[in-house]
Amino acid sequence: MTIDPRLRELRRVAIVPALNEVENIGRVIDELRAFDPGLEIVVVDDGSLDGTARAAAAKGARVLRLPFNLGIGGAVQTGFRFAFENDFDIAVRVDGDGQHDPAQLDRVLAPVLSGEADIVVGSRFAAMGANGYRSSRTRRIGIRLLAGVVSRIVGQRVTDTTSGFQALNREGIALFARDYPHDYPEVEATVMVFRHRLRLVEVPVEMRERGGGRSSITALRSIYYMVKVLLAIFVGLFRRNVVPQEGSE
Amino acid sequence: MTPLAVSIAGAIASFMLVLVVLELIRSRRLRERYALLWLVTGIALTVLSAWREGLNTIAGWLGVRSYPPAVLFAVGLLFILAVLLHYSTVISRLSDQNVLLAQRLALLEEQSTTSL
Repeated sequence: MTIDPRLRELRRVAIVPALNEVENIGRVIDELRAFDPGLEIVVVDDGSLDGTARAAAAKGARVLRLPFNLGIGGAVQTGFRFAFENDFDIAVRVDGDGQHDPAQLDRVLAPVLSGEADIVVGSRFAAMGANGYRSSRTRRIGIRLLAGVVSRIVGQRVTDTTSGFQALNREGIALFARDYPHDYPEVEATVMVFRHRLRLVEVPVEMRERGGGRSSITALRSIYYMVKVLLAIFVGLFRRNVVPQEGSE
Repeated sequence: MTPLAVSIAGAIASFMLVLVVLELIRSRRLRERYALLWLVTGIALTVLSAWREGLNTIAGWLGVRSYPPAVLFAVGLLFILAVLLHYSTVISRLSDQNVLLAQRLALLEEQSTTSL
């Protein structure tokens, strides 16, 4: 595959959060390499018990092994901190379960490379009707509802606030390295991005069914997360000092 | 019937609790995850204090005839127990994680001193 020539001059990293993805992680790494051999791959192992870290290291990826499960927010932020401290120019985030197809990364990267966006989100719903994303009913309704609430708050139409298929430039990396929400972070992060006046652009992507293994999100959990996330968003709107200072927690 | 003063004082106090919790979240001193139970407590107590008919009806169901506000105490106590139990589980998890961190640190330190 030929990659965008502008990408070649940049230091670029793929952040791959993974929890018990021993069956999928190898393939994800292979596909990332196939897309761009110059991409540094960092797998953040969020306390897996199934040898995910070893499988990733065997494929030659850098592995950040968390000593216990931090949840997706804490895991992903570890990757952003790595990217920030090691002076990467561009980061892409690709989930370790194989849902995101690295072959579509050129689409996700384009607005960052052209300087149109600080953060690009691959959306399952940006192109309506395309390839109908399949998921549990509760989850689909939740995703729609959150997208509606967030669109209204930020004043720009966003269709998929729960997608972890993203690309970020240095500004985006710096923001998320300093401050990133917990648990079900993408929704709050979207609002945060706008409050910091960074530019967010959505591009349509198709996501695959996950490979082997099970998703870590159940229906009951989705409802709990919904309540929690809505609370966080609304309370967050009244925050003046948006970013916590280092060491204040 | 509940004395009016009790309803008013109860509603104000519980509503204050809700406001304090929201302010703590806003100033990032309380994470949403730990705030939810407190919010539910505050809202439940506010509703029960302000909604006098409801409190009477519930007291009737529970066989509390002489002094309906006793139901407020019962509900408050129940929620406090729930919050405390929740905290016990949180502390247990934190101390497990603390052990893990100390062990990981010791292993790392050993690696870095032997490689010098």
